[in-house]
Amino acid sequence: MTDATTENSPNAFVRRETLQQEPAPLSVAGPLAWIRANLFSSPLNAILTLLCVWLVIDTVPGMVRFYFLDAVWTGANRDACLADKVGRPVGACWAYIADRTQYFIYGSYPVAERWRVNIVFAMFALGVVWLLWNKAPLKKVGAFFFFVILPTSAFALLLGGEKAGFVISWALLLSVAAVVVLLILSAYPDLVAGLVGEAALVYEKAKPTVARFSGPKRLAYTALVVFGLLAVVSWKPPAPNAFDEAVLSFVNFPTYLKYLFYRLWMNVGPMAFGLPRVDTGLWGGMTVTFLISAVGIVFSLPLGVLLALGRRSKLPAIQLLSVIFIEFVRGVPLITVLFMANTMLPLFVPQEWSPDRLLRPLIGVALFAAAYMAEVVRGGLQAMPKGQYEGAMSLGLGYWQMMRLIILPQALRIVIPGIVNTFIGLFKDTTLVTIVGIFDFLRTIEATLIDPTWATPTTRSTGYAFAAIFYFLCCWGMSRYSIAVEKRLAAGQKR
Amino acid sequence: MSSIPREQVTPGKASLFYDPKIRGYVYQAALVAIVLFLIWSAASNAIENLRAQKIASGFGFWHNAAGFDINQKLIPFSASGGSTYGDAFIVGLLNTLLVAGLGIVFATLLGFFVGVARLSNNWVIAKLAMIYVEVIRNIPLLLQLFFWYNAVLKPLPNPRQSIELPGGFLLNNRGLYIPDPHLGPGGSLIVWAFLIGIVATLVFRSWAHRQQEATGRQYPIGWIALGLIVVLPLLVYFVTGRPISFVYPELAGFNLRGGIQIFPEFVALLIGLTTYTAGFIAEVVRAGILAVSKGQTEAAHALGLRNGPTLKLVVIPQAMRVIIPPLTSNYLNLTKNSSLAVAIGYPDLVQVFTGTVLNQTGQAVEVVAITMAVYLTISLVTSLFMNIYNKRMALVER
Repeated sequence: MTDATTENSPNAFVRRETLQQEPAPLSVAGPLAWIRANLFSSPLNAILTLLCVWLVIDTVPGMVRFYFLDAVWTGANRDACLADKVGRPVGACWAYIADRTQYFIYGSYPVAERWRVNIVFAMFALGVVWLLWNKAPLKKVGAFFFFVILPTSAFALLLGGEKAGFVISWALLLSVAAVVVLLILSAYPDLVAGLVGEAALVYEKAKPTVARFSGPKRLAYTALVVFGLLAVVSWKPPAPNAFDEAVLSFVNFPTYLKYLFYRLWMNVGPMAFGLPRVDTGLWGGMTVTFLISAVGIVFSLPLGVLLALGRRSKLPAIQLLSVIFIEFVRGVPLITVLFMANTMLPLFVPQEWSPDRLLRPLIGVALFAAAYMAEVVRGGLQAMPKGQYEGAMSLGLGYWQMMRLIILPQALRIVIPGIVNTFIGLFKDTTLVTIVGIFDFLRTIEATLIDPTWATPTTRSTGYAFAAIFYFLCCWGMSRYSIAVEKRLAAGQKR
Repeated sequence: MSSIPREQVTPGKASLFYDPKIRGYVYQAALVAIVLFLIWSAASNAIENLRAQKIASGFGFWHNAAGFDINQKLIPFSASGGSTYGDAFIVGLLNTLLVAGLGIVFATLLGFFVGVARLSNNWVIAKLAMIYVEVIRNIPLLLQLFFWYNAVLKPLPNPRQSIELPGGFLLNNRGLYIPDPHLGPGGSLIVWAFLIGIVATLVFRSWAHRQQEATGRQYPIGWIALGLIVVLPLLVYFVTGRPISFVYPELAGFNLRGGIQIFPEFVALLIGLTTYTAGFIAEVVRAGILAVSKGQTEAAHALGLRNGPTLKLVVIPQAMRVIIPPLTSNYLNLTKNSSLAVAIGYPDLVQVFTGTVLNQTGQAVEVVAITMAVYLTISLVTSLFMNIYNKRMALVER
């Protein structure tokens, strides 16, 4: 045994304690090594690195100088951004952006009515956060809010006029009716015996009255609260002499009856609401950009789901029609769809129904996005293991029950990244409505560039930079979100 | 239990209402009826509206004289020369195909370069490529086109102060002027030599491939291709006494004369489409290369293949299988995006036909239908070839 002999021999030296750990040599670790490995690993790499560094040095300081150091931040008109008036080299003219911000956000929407746009913005933000934030409670209510309540109230608020009153009052009436019906039903569960079946009835009866039908009731309450608030916000008190007229007409009873109905109709109908109509020709800026994207997502998602189901359907006629629609729309550029919506849609409907100038591209964008959404959703449907379908069928679920309860919730969840990516594309594509004459955000930028108030040599680069930053932040934020979701979804597969 | 007769197991017929087959027929009939009704009502409304607006229908306008000029044209076209709307259509279509074709070539080159650069082990290059991809992909194409056209090309100096580029190229706010090559006597021989060189290279390549399959012997294909395609025409050029001469653009009055003028709209659109699509192609390429597992490279090295052949014979063929389908859809996107030309005034199909011709004739239905049919044909033909290619390339599993 050599070990034993060395240890026992008197002259041998055996180290008993561990040596202090030495730092890694400079050629392996540390910044120098990193530079060598990542920047100068070969002559070619060294040349490329130097070339890139030179490129960066050549461009970045100039841009920083232009957009920050030499930039003009305040001022009332073009004189602030003209080099010979200011007496120094002038870079980006941010004063112009600051001056026109309101226009970029609201377009020509009347100043006094812009609070309505703000409410819609706030509701939109609430809906988006509700749906996208993973830990938000009551997702179903959120979806109902985003896909039903938000479009209705946004339409009523933004447009205003008689139609707004009509929409809000009917929405309010419907939600009141829904709440009343649900209240009655939860108090007397026997009334719904035919609807839910005996087995479910026992389960319902065991629950406290308040909790019965809790899902639909929540939706109805939400609608009631939102529409109620909107009604309060936009309420206009009836004319002061309305009561006198009523009393006077009481003398003539049939006329009074007629008046009563008229009055009732008016109170739930148009005149009671004091929102002046704002013509869509005045809408503009980010409002329109967000509006088009929101309409695109709100309508294209359900439509896309239906088309995807149609394409996977076993019924040949339905499948064929879905395939034709999807392939047709995906095969043509959005521009042609917009031109079609703009020029052909008015031809296809009777003259008196001719759609609004803004409505036409909205329809075009929604249909266009639906075809792309359908392909994304189809991917999710195909990714579902067959066992899920078979399991659902063996439980005795019908087609729609199977889709609604088993397949779609899973399929949609795995294609969230794809949906978000489609939405990013949709958001970028909203700029194309510029070409058919809608004042979206990009068009408002272009419009201010012709305006002589801010005509300076640097206005254009400033405006484009601002637009680029806006679109970049929106799209980049969304893509970050989609990556985060992808990571969360992949967590289960991680080894 | 097998002793039970079959008749007893089959359930009694449910009512027709619950028969899935009958239900399917009903649903389909209902849908078809709705669609037919929509088409019918749209058509009858359209006929009525057109009659009310006194707009002609049918394709008779195709042969009517077009009263406008187009600045960029690949075939002769002029309002005074009696060109028709049909000619305008062909001019627009050729312009679309020109910008799309060139865009596809450049975008592929740039995209592959950036995609590989993102995977480079050189930190600076990888980061720069990443910044490029993120910035380009997250800004709308229309804004980029506006930028190239209005902010870069339009502020260039006027023709009198043209920027002179090496090789006799001139750049000003009317476009890029390049020397116009003129073939002297015997000049066509050079073109023929070039074409023969390409064909000979292809023939040689397939022969060399078969030889390698049969005997294992390899031939220097690259060098021979270089000789055939580059050196052969050069030789012919010198032998025939240098028959190619160039007409250089020069100032005449307020404008330039001679040379070939490339319009700024075209340049802006080409740059915009190329850089934008390259950002997407870069991501496709990166994903394709990452999809080839590292084991493949290691196995190839273990077999004794060097880096070059490993890349050429093992990694790229497998990566292409992943890359080609999304690459094709990016090509289609580029072709469809070329319709944004209308925003900066490049005379492509949409600008000429759906823009000018539609405004002049007012025949929206026919014009938009023709335009859509063109794009649809391009898309469908491409996806047809795509599917054939995919079938050939798909993994053959035993």
